[in-house]
Amino acid sequence: MNTPKERIGVYICHCGTNISAVVDVEDVAQWAANKLEHKGVVIARDHKFMCSSLGQELVENDIKELGLTRVVVAACSPHLHEKTFRTACERAGLNPYLCELVSIREQVSWVHSDKVVATQKSKAIVSSGVERLIYHEALEQLSVPINPATLVVGGGIAGIQATLELADAGSPVYLVEREPSIGGHMAQFDKTFPTLDCSACILTPKMVDVGIHPNITLLTWAEVEQVNGYVGNFDVTVRQKARKVITDLCTGCGICIEKCPKNVLDDIYEVGMNYRKAVYTPFPQAVPNYPVMDLDNCIYFDTGKCKACEKFCPTNAIDFEQEDEMLKFQVGNIILATGFDLFDARKMSNYGYGRLENVFNSLEFERMCNASGPTEGEIVLRDGVTTPKAVGIIHCVGSRDKSHNAYCSSICCMQSLKFAHLVEERTGAHVYNFYIDIRTPGKGYDEFYNRIVEEGTHFVRGKVAEVTNAARQPDEKKKLIIQVEDTLIGKQRRIPVDMVILSAGLEPRHDAKEVAKLFGISCSADGWYIEKHPKLDPVATMTDGVYIAGCVQGPKDIPASIAQGAAAAARVQGKIQQGEMLMEPIRASIIEEQCSGCRICNDLCPYNAILYHDATMTSEINAALCQGCGTCIAACPAGAVIGTSYSNEQVLAQIEGLLMDVSV
Amino acid sequence: MSKYLYYPGCSMEGSGKAYHNSLMPVCEKIGLELQEIDDWNCCGATEYLGINKIPAYALIGRNLALAEAQSNGAQDIVAPCSACYLNLTKIDSYMAKKNGVDELINDALSAGGLSYEPGQLGIHHLLDLIVYEIGLDTVKEKVVRPLTGLRVAPYIGCMAPRYDYAKRWSDSEHPLELDWLLGALGAEVVDYPLKTHCCGGHMPQIGPDTAYELIHRLVDYAEEVKTDIMVAVCPMCQMNIDAYQNETNQHLGTKHKMPIVFFTQLMGLAFGMRERDLGFGSELVSAKEAIQKIGSEVPKKKRKKKDKFALPMPHPLGNGILKNGTNGKELILPTEGRARGGRA
Amino acid sequence: MSHLAPQTEKNFKLMEQVAQKTGSDSKLETCIQCGTCGGSCPSAMDMEHTPRKLFALLRAGEREEVLSSNTPWVCVSCYFCAVRCPQEIKIPDVMYTLKSMAVAEGAYRDSTASDFSRTFVSMVENYGRSYELGLATRHYLRHFPLRLPSMAPMGIGLLSKKRLNLKPKKIQGIKQLNAILDRAKELEAA
Ligand SMILES: Cc1cc2nc3c(=O)[nH]c(=O)nc-3n(C[C@H](O)[C@H](O)[C@H](O)COP(=O)(O)OP(=O)(O)OC[C@H]3O[C@@H](n4cnc5c(N)ncnc54)[C@H](O)[C@@H]3O)c2cc1C
Ligand code: SF4
Ligand code: SF4
Ligand code: SF4
Ligand code: SF4
Repeated sequence: MNTPKERIGVYICHCGTNISAVVDVEDVAQWAANKLEHKGVVIARDHKFMCSSLGQELVENDIKELGLTRVVVAACSPHLHEKTFRTACERAGLNPYLCELVSIREQVSWVHSDKVVATQKSKAIVSSGVERLIYHEALEQLSVPINPATLVVGGGIAGIQATLELADAGSPVYLVEREPSIGGHMAQFDKTFPTLDCSACILTPKMVDVGIHPNITLLTWAEVEQVNGYVGNFDVTVRQKARKVITDLCTGCGICIEKCPKNVLDDIYEVGMNYRKAVYTPFPQAVPNYPVMDLDNCIYFDTGKCKACEKFCPTNAIDFEQEDEMLKFQVGNIILATGFDLFDARKMSNYGYGRLENVFNSLEFERMCNASGPTEGEIVLRDGVTTPKAVGIIHCVGSRDKSHNAYCSSICCMQSLKFAHLVEERTGAHVYNFYIDIRTPGKGYDEFYNRIVEEGTHFVRGKVAEVTNAARQPDEKKKLIIQVEDTLIGKQRRIPVDMVILSAGLEPRHDAKEVAKLFGISCSADGWYIEKHPKLDPVATMTDGVYIAGCVQGPKDIPASIAQGAAAAARVQGKIQQGEMLMEPIRASIIEEQCSGCRICNDLCPYNAILYHDATMTSEINAALCQGCGTCIAACPAGAVIGTSYSNEQVLAQIEGLLMDVSV
Repeated sequence: MSKYLYYPGCSMEGSGKAYHNSLMPVCEKIGLELQEIDDWNCCGATEYLGINKIPAYALIGRNLALAEAQSNGAQDIVAPCSACYLNLTKIDSYMAKKNGVDELINDALSAGGLSYEPGQLGIHHLLDLIVYEIGLDTVKEKVVRPLTGLRVAPYIGCMAPRYDYAKRWSDSEHPLELDWLLGALGAEVVDYPLKTHCCGGHMPQIGPDTAYELIHRLVDYAEEVKTDIMVAVCPMCQMNIDAYQNETNQHLGTKHKMPIVFFTQLMGLAFGMRERDLGFGSELVSAKEAIQKIGSEVPKKKRKKKDKFALPMPHPLGNGILKNGTNGKELILPTEGRARGGRA
Repeated sequence: MSHLAPQTEKNFKLMEQVAQKTGSDSKLETCIQCGTCGGSCPSAMDMEHTPRKLFALLRAGEREEVLSSNTPWVCVSCYFCAVRCPQEIKIPDVMYTLKSMAVAEGAYRDSTASDFSRTFVSMVENYGRSYELGLATRHYLRHFPLRLPSMAPMGIGLLSKKRLNLKPKKIQGIKQLNAILDRAKELEAA
């Protein structure tokens, strides 16, 4: 047998009892020392907590004293401590990429209960780590400069907060919003829980700040079309949709809106409860406050006649010839804050939304409460005049329901309590809240619940079975009847009311998946964007330089959305201040001579890191963009793609190691 | 002519005779060739399941196995009875899950020299077959005597659209297929929110009081919205509402007199067939008076002046309109579409 | 309920047993007690326990109370609960399981419903078809003899309209059917 050329140290962690309760760690260490000696293992140890400073010192000392050239640590997932041990090796003078962390916790002790089998599997995993490690190369990290500008997508409260934090810190920000104005959902509300302060009063000052801030380029009525590049250097293309209004000339006087003869049902800001014009700003406090023209509804674009707006505009700001514009710029980081859609309550036909007049969804009700809404804040039935005498508010519509969304939308309990208060205060009607559980875990939230209980709201514990207009009793005639099991008494009840409000849940944007793909990040099965770590890194994503904030990441209230907006900004600002950043050298590269130019890898790369050179008819990988996922390596029919740390030799050796007979 | 395997079910020979007698000529007219499954047995209704599960499944399995064996050239199975339809789709879908149920049933079937591979044959209710496979355009073409002036309540009952194992219906609580069909015949279809509420099922036998209450609810609301005649798609529904209406009246002191017939009977009428060839007259609450309304002048609806204060309604989902010329497959189903209120 | 059921292993396992008998995807254990089923049920007014309550009792191991409840017997299999249950529990299937357990253990209080099912089943086993006239008369004679006279006009009505057959029909493959059912019963018992 050849004498092995590497000197390898193997370290097995107990992880307290996390691993040692199921795996005989001492046996694994002893086995490695004996059975893997011929592979170059010169020392194998076990330790209670390898990640502790004592554990790390153990490795460092061995490197220095025993002259180790390679290190394998068998412990938790590389996600958690790979960096710890690499840094320890570096401190002792060893290239950090000559250290390998294999998981015997997530892959063994947490998923097995049979100690014998678990111990054997741990040995196989250690063996595979050693085999693979032999082929490791010393690697150097890449350093990339960071462009100080940031792109924020979505001008809801989360995006606004992130934008302002960055701009106030002195960094340039592009805020791209799809609608004519920023503000997001918050701009539609009247009051906000739990303090019941006026939504517009706390939101509009921030919107105005965004509008006038010298560091902010505000692009509304615009959408991101393309993103190329990588952390520190993203090339962004934004489509500025034609407003047909020359913003430099427009004074925001609103005469065009007044003169426009076309009424359009406003499905977005007014949730279909009110009309706007074909040239419009969605609401009076819109930022920016110059209008946009809705080409699908403009009479001129339909029939070739009208142009009333043009005629009356005192500054000649209307321009029917204006075209969409493609704006290109560079940013170093991106924050996605595109928010949520409301669950479509028509899908629950038992609640009658869309069929029964006086069933409203929660956003419709918000608009109704709003002084600038369709009823100027009066709570009335669909006829627009009758004040309801009894109102039912149904919680969890489309949430906590496996036929729709299995998750809790987290804001609708509080929002339903807010509604109960508003109905009570403004109409004196009897209010019934139908709930499965009342979830009020925020600061001041349970106090708010108590306040509503004291106000005399009737709480009925039970998920409503149906809302119907089919009366059985005389007192049900001409009413909506809410049929429910009052689970606290175990009886079916039928409660006649005049108005039903459905607290529909929050859903990912209908286009969330496409947008995620555009920015190279992933969605959970539900469609919410996935954070890098659910506890430790809630605003970063798996893609360097792309952050998320607000409801894109999952349902949350305004305080939490603001906190995430600020947190994402702080992360970005930190990066900007570093000026440049180091990147993992785990990368794929293409051997030009072997590449046949088939382009199979081009579209498969989830990070858009592969470009094709027409001149040479070969593909090339942008090292800064590549995340080392290995997709292209596996896909290349010519075997032209190689990956550092994941070469064929390494993977085959790893398999070899796994297949080693560990029973002897 | 499209050929289908026909599973009549027990009531078609007895209480549901009018259904049987009317669907035969109607199907022929619209190009449906029905080939009765030879030597089919009872599906067990809702009774066998409550005694023994596996035998109940096997009972249904035998019918599926016979159908599969006899299918040569026929496309799918069609059942006119909702309970039979439900049982057939249910067992087919449970077997298709391949989680052991299929093996148990096939084990039992093998004792009779039979076997069944789930998912091979589509299973239809007669109504969905007509709406989606034949298409309302074809139906409309055959109408020679539109049912103008007849106010009908479309009563689907529970077991056709629920539990929608075969995923065939526009909605499991407010399906619109029967509304569309009756509309295509020219009838005036009332908004009938109880269209899939329960007719009482087997309750007339085991808890008559419950049954009377359920029957009363259905008929009472139909009367409230000035229905001339209720329309059923299932022999059990028709039987309960028709045959037990008198008992219901005696018991609750009501004076209901609401005829209920099968949708195929009305199709036949609209196709110009003779009443007695369609099983009319076998109902206990006579449909005679109602039928006479056909062709009568419909009072013009007063166009409601748009109230200047009224708030707009949400867009209806899929608003129940079939696109022209389709066989229904391209129908806009009520689960599509985005919430209003989601910002664009 | 005068006293609580003892927490014996048998009672404790009740939920598991029912879920298992119902089939692997009954999901019964995941009930969140929301009451959608009890709110939906058209028979709720005649039930001793709403379906939800029944599942709570199952969870608590109240074996006797559950198996003697009339709830499964007045379930009309309308599937409203099944399509609305947020946990996608196949409630009517659970009801069928509870009926068959009650029959097997003779635990029901009122035999009207179970007798009806049994009469029905015996018809099917003898003829391969159900036979409405025989079924109705046999059942009514036994359980509602006093109501029978009042039902007579209806029966006569149906007969005169030729909607009831006087003789049952028998399928040809009745032997084959019984072989299948016998084997199925063995499998069920296994
Ligand atoms: C009925 C109701 C009442 C509520 N009441 C309260 C309350 O009282 N108190 C409280 O704390 N919370 C409340 N909430 C929760 C609150 O709405 C959210 O926490 C908050 O709006 C989340 O802000 P956001 O910025 O994440 O998302 P959003 O408000 O949804 O903003 C997202 C923005 O991104 C834009 N956008 C989307 N996609 C794109 C794209 N592809 N490109 C560019 N722009 C895009 C949108 O147009 C929008 O402007 C309520 C929610 C509802 C439904
Ligand atoms: S009239 Fe002209 S200046 Fe006034 S808002 Fe319209 S475009 Fe702007
Ligand atoms: S927050 Fe409340 S209403 Fe909303 S889904 Fe959760 S429990 Fe239901
Ligand atoms: S509807 Fe489903 S989850 Fe709710 S109580 Fe009934 S069985 Fe349980
Ligand atoms: S299926 Fe049974 S338990 Fe469920 S709602 Fe219908 S009658 Fe009630």
